[in-house]
Amino acid sequence: MKKLVLGFAAAAFGFAAVSASAEEHVVRIGTEGAYPPFNYIDAEGNLVGFDIDVANALCDAAGFECELVVQDWDGIIPGLLARRYDAIIASMSITEERKEVVDFTEKYYATPAKFVKADDRDLDIPDDISEANDTLSGMAIGVQRATVHENFLRDNFGDADIRVYATQDEANLDLVNGRVDLVMADSVVLLEGFLETEEGEGYSFVGPDYIEEQWHGEGIGIAVRKGEDDLREALNAAIEEIRETGTYQEINAKYFDFDVYGD
Amino acid sequence: MNLALVLDSLPQLLSGLLVTLEITAWALALGLAASIPLALMRVSTNPVLRLPVFGFIFYFRGTPLLVQLFLIYYGSGQFRPELEALGLWVYFREPYFCAVLTLTLNTAAYTAEILRGSIQAVPFGEIEAARACGMSRGLLYRRIILPKAFRLALPAYSNEVVFLFQATSLVSIITLLDLTGVARVMVARTFAVYELYIAAGLLYLACTYLILWVLRKVEYRLSGHLRPREAEPARPDLSPAGLP
Repeated sequence: MKKLVLGFAAAAFGFAAVSASAEEHVVRIGTEGAYPPFNYIDAEGNLVGFDIDVANALCDAAGFECELVVQDWDGIIPGLLARRYDAIIASMSITEERKEVVDFTEKYYATPAKFVKADDRDLDIPDDISEANDTLSGMAIGVQRATVHENFLRDNFGDADIRVYATQDEANLDLVNGRVDLVMADSVVLLEGFLETEEGEGYSFVGPDYIEEQWHGEGIGIAVRKGEDDLREALNAAIEEIRETGTYQEINAKYFDFDVYGD
Repeated sequence: MNLALVLDSLPQLLSGLLVTLEITAWALALGLAASIPLALMRVSTNPVLRLPVFGFIFYFRGTPLLVQLFLIYYGSGQFRPELEALGLWVYFREPYFCAVLTLTLNTAAYTAEILRGSIQAVPFGEIEAARACGMSRGLLYRRIILPKAFRLALPAYSNEVVFLFQATSLVSIITLLDLTGVARVMVARTFAVYELYIAAGLLYLACTYLILWVLRKVEYRLSGHLRPREAEPARPDLSPAGLP
């Protein structure tokens, strides 16, 4: 019995020692590992992706020793609150709802929404939104139902024929079938899910990048537990630093041929 | 419960209801027209006429309407070059056309099956009597079998009309803004799930009972000869007084 109590005490002490050292030296970072190209497990079983490279660069810049922890998406905030890790770098959008339970750093990327059209379709979309609305008047635009993109289109392109689909794949299919003139979605989703696939051959982005806070949110940030301002500030400084030293741009270029940071 | 929101959204919901009613009307009219020859082929003793119709009814009654919608809408996209060559793509390009076509084929299959049943239920005595009068086959169908079959089919057909009306709610899945489609768009925006779906539901309910009421009237009219004659009003006695 005495042994058992001692055992518990040792375990509890050991645990306390680990978490104390974690707070001081090692920063554990939670990520999902199932969201290519941002964070995913490659064929060799390694955790790779844009988020992972950014996480490592941030840790170097801030002088942290980092450890990556993989966690399913639906448990990723509970895992943070349960101290399984100290920050989430997993392409998490900064939303008002999440801000109720966690704090966010500044954004580390913000992918714009874009239109896609067929290459043989002669169409230019002016940068000015109200001019663009005139240009697209009467054209059929496919978009996924109940997304920020649907709201953005309805509020800004009211003269177009907006067609809503259950999934982005169905909207893309109707673009290929010629039923819609354009589709709109997150640029990276379109790139990875459509343009770089076989079906997407002969289609490309058209028009400006759209990233309006009112519709598209504040971008993608790093979540930390509420009140951990030291860590949050250190990460903010690190984001600024890798932006300045060019490390960020190198990582950006490794994955995308456009700027994912946004304005 | 946000009543103001429901009132604000009413014009949009009503415009959606109009699309729903239009699609229902087209599909019912075309489906009923198609179902008569289909039913006659279905009861034919000639297998060349009977078997294709049997297959058609078998497929459209045996598969979910949603699958049929997807098949005709997205499936037609796969045959775009062929349809373009036939000059049909301009129709298949439109979700409205695909929706009406699918619902027409679906209701034609069900209605044909209802009619088949009622054609076969026409009492043989009536057919025999018509033949005894020397009626030709065409005249027999026109005067005796089909009118009788329609009357027999009406209660079952009323159900089919209501089913079809409600089934049109699926067309929002192929981007049409019918009543359900409009409600879904507005729910995504306002998160007023209860208010908007209850409002849409009440509109469906009102139309359903209106349809049933009209069909009941029609049924009542068509079965006039089967009701016991109402007691005739007593005739005024016009005979000259005093005569026996």
